[in-house]
Amino acid sequence: MGIRFVLMVNKQGQTRLAQYYEYLNLEERRALEGEIVRKCLARNEQQCSFVEHRNYKVVYRRYASLFFLVGVDNEENELAILEFIHLLVETMDRHFGNVCELDIMFHLEKAHFMLEEMVMNGCIVETSKSNILAPIQLMDKA
Amino acid sequence: MAGPSLMDSLFQRSVDDIIKGIRLSPPGTESTFIAKSLDEIRREIKSTDPQTKATALHKLTYLHSLHGADMSWAAFHSVELSSSSAHSHKRIAFLAASLSFNPSTTEVILLLTHQLRKDLSSSNVHEVSLALSTLSSICNPDLARDLTPELFTLLSSSKIFVRKKAIAAVLRVFEQYPDAVLVCFKRVVENLENGDMGVLSAVVGLFCELTEKDPKSYLPLAPEFYKILVDCRNNWVLIKVIKIFAKLAPLEPRLGKRVVEPICEHMGRTGAKSLAFECVRTIVTSLSDHDSAVKLAVGKLREFLLDDDPNLKYLGLQALAIVARTNMWAVLENKELVVKALSDVDVNIKLEALRLVMCMVSEDNIMEICRILISHALKSDPEFCNEILDFILLTCGRNFYEVIFDFDWYVSFLGEMARIPHCQKGSEIESQLVDIGMRVKDARLQLVHVARDLVIDPALLGNPFIHGVLAAAAWVSGEYIELSRNPFEIMEALLQPRTSLLTPSVRAVYIQSAFKVIIFCLNSYLKLNGDDPSYPSESTYSDVKSDYPGRFETVASQLLSDTEPDNPNMVVKHGQKPSVSSKMHHLTLESLVALVNLVETNLGPLAGSNEVEVQERASNVLGLIKLIKPKLLGCLDTREGDKANGELKASEMVELIFGAFSEDLGPVSLNAQERVPVPDGLVLKENLRDLEEICGDIELPLSTSFSLVKLQTMDATSNLEHHSKEEFEPSTESTSLLAEHRKRHGLYYLPAENAGIISNDYPPAHDPKDKASDETEDLVKLTEQSLVIKKKPNQAKSRPVVVKLDDGEGFKVAAKAPEFKADLISGAVQEVLLGNEATTSSSRRKSSKKSSKRREMDESNVGVPESKNEIVKADMPEIGFSSSGRRKHHGHGKERKHRSSGKDKVHDHKDKQKSEHGHGKHKSRQRADGALAAQSPVIPDFLL
Repeated sequence: MGIRFVLMVNKQGQTRLAQYYEYLNLEERRALEGEIVRKCLARNEQQCSFVEHRNYKVVYRRYASLFFLVGVDNEENELAILEFIHLLVETMDRHFGNVCELDIMFHLEKAHFMLEEMVMNGCIVETSKSNILAPIQLMDKA
Repeated sequence: MAGPSLMDSLFQRSVDDIIKGIRLSPPGTESTFIAKSLDEIRREIKSTDPQTKATALHKLTYLHSLHGADMSWAAFHSVELSSSSAHSHKRIAFLAASLSFNPSTTEVILLLTHQLRKDLSSSNVHEVSLALSTLSSICNPDLARDLTPELFTLLSSSKIFVRKKAIAAVLRVFEQYPDAVLVCFKRVVENLENGDMGVLSAVVGLFCELTEKDPKSYLPLAPEFYKILVDCRNNWVLIKVIKIFAKLAPLEPRLGKRVVEPICEHMGRTGAKSLAFECVRTIVTSLSDHDSAVKLAVGKLREFLLDDDPNLKYLGLQALAIVARTNMWAVLENKELVVKALSDVDVNIKLEALRLVMCMVSEDNIMEICRILISHALKSDPEFCNEILDFILLTCGRNFYEVIFDFDWYVSFLGEMARIPHCQKGSEIESQLVDIGMRVKDARLQLVHVARDLVIDPALLGNPFIHGVLAAAAWVSGEYIELSRNPFEIMEALLQPRTSLLTPSVRAVYIQSAFKVIIFCLNSYLKLNGDDPSYPSESTYSDVKSDYPGRFETVASQLLSDTEPDNPNMVVKHGQKPSVSSKMHHLTLESLVALVNLVETNLGPLAGSNEVEVQERASNVLGLIKLIKPKLLGCLDTREGDKANGELKASEMVELIFGAFSEDLGPVSLNAQERVPVPDGLVLKENLRDLEEICGDIELPLSTSFSLVKLQTMDATSNLEHHSKEEFEPSTESTSLLAEHRKRHGLYYLPAENAGIISNDYPPAHDPKDKASDETEDLVKLTEQSLVIKKKPNQAKSRPVVVKLDDGEGFKVAAKAPEFKADLISGAVQEVLLGNEATTSSSRRKSSKKSSKRREMDESNVGVPESKNEIVKADMPEIGFSSSGRRKHHGHGKERKHRSSGKDKVHDHKDKQKSEHGHGKHKSRQRADGALAAQSPVIPDFLL
């Protein structure tokens, strides 16, 4: 299962979105998030965007005050995941218009729906922004 | 608790209110706010008004997802709300379900089955898509089984939006309910030819996951994947499809030959780094025997390494490490870039670079590389410093110090490493110091020097991380004290006051070493005095002396400066052994008494120590002193008179103890025990549970009839196999235990050279009487001989002899290849593919028959599935009607065809091929029918 989880975390280390593609209970989630956030947030701009943690590779990227962290298994292509993160950000940007942390906080379910359109079962199924947003825009109209 | 009132519904707080509330609450009070909100939610969620309920659930989901609130209690409410007619409510319900349900424990999932089935069959694509997403995240075996028919229909839905999601959901369903493969697999495969990128992306992603688990089963689909590889222009899809080939190519060399070209093409053409990197990675992992491709890939890697982007640099180094396994030149070519990366700002990059540097190590450059690395270690942070030390120790110690030629250098280097301020690798350095001491005789002298420097430095005692190293140094100092320049100095170091900072176990080693030192000094003194030629340790001593003549000069001179020369008449003199006495003649009785007193004062208090090891060892030494001291003092008092008498008694004791210490612990061969012949009639595999029966009977004669009795009682098959061997070999059970023991105590087994010699301390239990004694004697002789041979250092070789254990490889016990446990999915896949393949290959062959030229061209296309069948066959012999014999014949024909496919031979074999071909087709048709027939009862509905 390519992608195992997607996290969005702010500079202070608070989780803003957490989507897991395998079941972890609350304690496991909290522990995992804590460890990964500590590891990734300590790194600076000149360092690479890949961190190995437990049996995951974590690919992360920072946009303004928000970190996007994606946990993948060992077979996954790191650069493709970076592109995926970028696509996700662009998609949200198109929808919210200059997306920021607050947009995601107050529209968490929409962020989840977008992810749902893009990734299922850890596989990327949709990479076209308009296709991703079409159902969400329909929902907004309704 | 009262039910929700109208007020609650009217004034219910929205999700936004909750979020704002959390943001506004002062730090530290957030949890109170959340607890309060949860109380509200508990009330609101029971509301009959779906809007109130939905909002409550929405809030709860938010708190669960971001603030870790438990919501398992609300599982039923999600189920309830999921049947709401309002799409927005349904969404909230399913989102809550997919974020919080545990597929294996949430019981209410079963209650969702009906709702999901309804939604999956809905005409509204959004409802279907929602249900599919939910299914893929909460799927359990029951759900998978119940919803497979709906999923099957959706797999060929005309709505792309739904179809791609159905494909993505299928993976989860397959995992949970492997029988679904039989139903759905064909339709999934059909989607490989779909033109829509979403569908293709999903289906290729699905196969990428499946192939990872069991590549073999998906080889028959190689032609389909190949088409995508050549035709597709979507990078996401290409990356996945290349990943699939990375898994398939190693299984089928012809496939590798086929795909290497398009992959190289993609690598050269693409501007996307992700795709380029995937190509590189696939070439270096799975196609590493295609030299030109590897060259291209390494060229691309160099671009990555030269790039400023740390991501590319990191991945480049990682890929280079993969290349290093097969093509070392690639690393050497980029050596300077790798070394440069060692000082990168990113520790991840540094680690990768370090790994690569260690790949490059050979016996010629080890010293240089270690020097570079140590200089890096000294200026890096503690964590990375220890990583470097770890890598150095691992690489240098690998395979019995294979890369080390100059052990004097390495031993000093180990000492240096121990002194690095951040060093936390004490235990590894410790074991290597001791190990080298035992294995490499020629390194001992330098080892003793290094150990002396370590033991004597009081500053080191304060660093708990290197106590292990000090223990090793102390052990070396004691064990090889005869090589030391100044035993007195060592003794003082071993007893220095700061040793109280050591842990008890290390301190015990110190005391034991002190024991060895004092015995050595006493023995040297006594031996010089009593010139008894039959003195047993004389030979040992002169051996040592002749090995290291130069060093003993220094021992003497050091002793000279240490002892007080104001007692000239106590100076030992004699003429018989001028060389020895002249060197040791300053080892006076006074200095010896002073030494004994020093030991006594220092160890006295330790006899009452709480630590048993320390206490016991101190008592040992004190006991010895108690015995020896009066004799020594007696000598001092009575001067010439009683001296000889007292000395004689003392010397007896000292001689005994010295003898015990001077015995070198020789390693024992790993298979020494194996080579002890098992006597006739002794059955090591005897099942002892039968002992009662046997004992109940009168004693049985040790003959073949005995083993026959056993034969019946034991597991028949295994026994039959082993029976004949057992006469000569030890049982496998005992060898495995032995191997375990060897692994742990490898040092105590003989080295390879002595393999032929049987250690006499393992006497055969039932040896023929006449032979027994002779053999033992022979063994003793042989063992002695071999030891003598070993002691002589091989001068012709520049590298000192490293005593190795017999089966050095025994350390890396080859992990037993896991037996192929037919996993359920692949079993099912093979079942489907076999039928599937039979039809496709026969149709393909039909078309290929039309033009034999094309057939030759397409050969690999046809050929690949062909060989696939053979593989599949091996795993699933029971499928279809075709007997294995027939298929074998078929395979043969194919093979012959391949062999003759050289251009010039084509005509010669054309006719033959044709006939065989027809034959093959006929058979495959039969097989196809068979396979389909075998399948038909399983899926009666869907194939019609």
